[in-house]
Amino acid sequence: MSVTVFNWTVALPEIVLALSGIIILVAGVLQRKGEGFFPAAILSLVAFLLCGFLVVLSPSGAGYAGTFVNDGFARFMKVLILAGGFVAVALSVSYRTAERQTLPFETPVLMLFSTLGAMLMASSANLMTLFVGLELSSLSIYILCALERDNVLSSEAGMKYFILGSLASGLLLYGISLVYGYAGTMEYTGLVDAVRASAMPPMGLVVGIVFIVVGLCFKLSAVPFHMWTPDVYQGAPTPVTAYMAGAPKFAAFALFLRVMAGPFGSIAPRWQILVETVSVLSMVYGAFAAIPQTNIKRLMAYSSIGHMGYAMMGLAAASTVGTQATLIYLAAYFVMNAGVFAGITAMRRNGREVNSIADLAGLGRSDPGMALALAIFMFSMVGAPPLAGFFGKFMVFAAAWQSGLYALVCIGALSSVVGAYYYLRVVKVMYFDAPADALDRPAPSLLFVSGGMGVATVVFAIVLGPIMSVAHQAALALAG
Amino acid sequence: MNTAIASVGLGPYLFVSAALLVLGVFGIFLNRKNIIVLLMSMELILLSANLNLVAFSSAHGDLSGQVMVLFVLTIAAAEAAIGLAIVTVYFRNRGSIQVEDVTMMKG
Repeated sequence: MSVTVFNWTVALPEIVLALSGIIILVAGVLQRKGEGFFPAAILSLVAFLLCGFLVVLSPSGAGYAGTFVNDGFARFMKVLILAGGFVAVALSVSYRTAERQTLPFETPVLMLFSTLGAMLMASSANLMTLFVGLELSSLSIYILCALERDNVLSSEAGMKYFILGSLASGLLLYGISLVYGYAGTMEYTGLVDAVRASAMPPMGLVVGIVFIVVGLCFKLSAVPFHMWTPDVYQGAPTPVTAYMAGAPKFAAFALFLRVMAGPFGSIAPRWQILVETVSVLSMVYGAFAAIPQTNIKRLMAYSSIGHMGYAMMGLAAASTVGTQATLIYLAAYFVMNAGVFAGITAMRRNGREVNSIADLAGLGRSDPGMALALAIFMFSMVGAPPLAGFFGKFMVFAAAWQSGLYALVCIGALSSVVGAYYYLRVVKVMYFDAPADALDRPAPSLLFVSGGMGVATVVFAIVLGPIMSVAHQAALALAG
Repeated sequence: MNTAIASVGLGPYLFVSAALLVLGVFGIFLNRKNIIVLLMSMELILLSANLNLVAFSSAHGDLSGQVMVLFVLTIAAAEAAIGLAIVTVYFRNRGSIQVEDVTMMKG
């Protein structure tokens, strides 16, 4: 039987990433204090690129006695996750703290380990792999949040995320224990049979599934488990915020899709209403709560809450088309979100970081290139055609409509109209408000990221065909 | 089936573990004093899940639950270490670890 085979080559990208993380850590320790960051960051970027190639080339199949699986879906998510990690490390290169220091050299290493955990989550075929991957990813992020050790906001962000994050992990673990108890196995393949065995799944199993959904919703920052998001986004160093808005979200979605469409797919009508509710609440809350915000990092926190709501529409559709739509939405979200965070990291005046939306006033004249890029990202977030965000929204709306979730689609469309207000307000401030003092010239790495993501947002329509076919293959692989 | 589980059944184990979970969750939400108490409550939640896993593992005669417990114990140790480190850093910046003082950011 193939699942009992050790078959370590399916996890080659993860093994390479883990080894390079350890090597970079040792190399960083050997550097003089304060000089280790740059080499560590460059080595991490190289490791991410190498790992990306290995993921694309990696063989499909199960390994490690059925705890690990690699398929089209895992590859799609892993490429997104690695891209998220790559962008975050690239943004951290030019970042300076309030004392004008680089971040410690552990930053890229921790991002690397967190990405490794996220990749494990995307490949999990067993509740054990799920939990260990999730914790590897989360524990690294707790430290990343509190990395600016002399900044009280950063340590408060780390504290808040740690407390609420470990509560969510605990609830998830309790859910896992109940599912294990009532299904008698931790393997997804075994769970499929256990769930299908009876017309009426046992109560303990359903309670366990609810606990798992709650834990994953927390990691996604979906309402009503979003309370940590604005504070943590605001307090954490900006490159770390950029990281949190990317890779861990993709990984949580990968888990969500894998668990819900896989083992629990046959009882979809039982959890569908839960996902629909969370999706509606996230979309509406994300749209309305963002309106009074003045800090752009907080604004992006509410924006990400809303976007997770839209992406969950594809999951609520509980169909192959829905999975495909969620994957495309996440790809579109990645390019525009990474671009916005490159713009936020570039917001510095006289070497000090500024985060207020009002600080962007007059950017249209002082730095037309960056202003144009930010305007493109904001229009894409609204969902204006022909930018990336439009296709993401269109796909999830179409998938939900096909599954008969008409109310969900209507609420989604309305809340994206409300969302347009606060995204376009940023554009208005940049082009039409009385100019503030000019911001510093952005570092080359930030120009590289924002330019690259700007081009990707614009040409998304042209490459949509190939992305859709890859996402379709991924969704089919997931449905088995 | 294991003799200990056979003599009292699975019910009492699940009850104790559910009670531990509730204690832990309430400890986090009702506690308005010290952050260290929050760390203790989190350990309670993890241990309640562990108790569940061991009891089910014994009842099913399946070892994977106990393997999971070993992973969870390791992770709980790492989590406690990171939590205490964050509390130390926070105390150095803020001079307090009272729950009501963790309010620099709001809105």
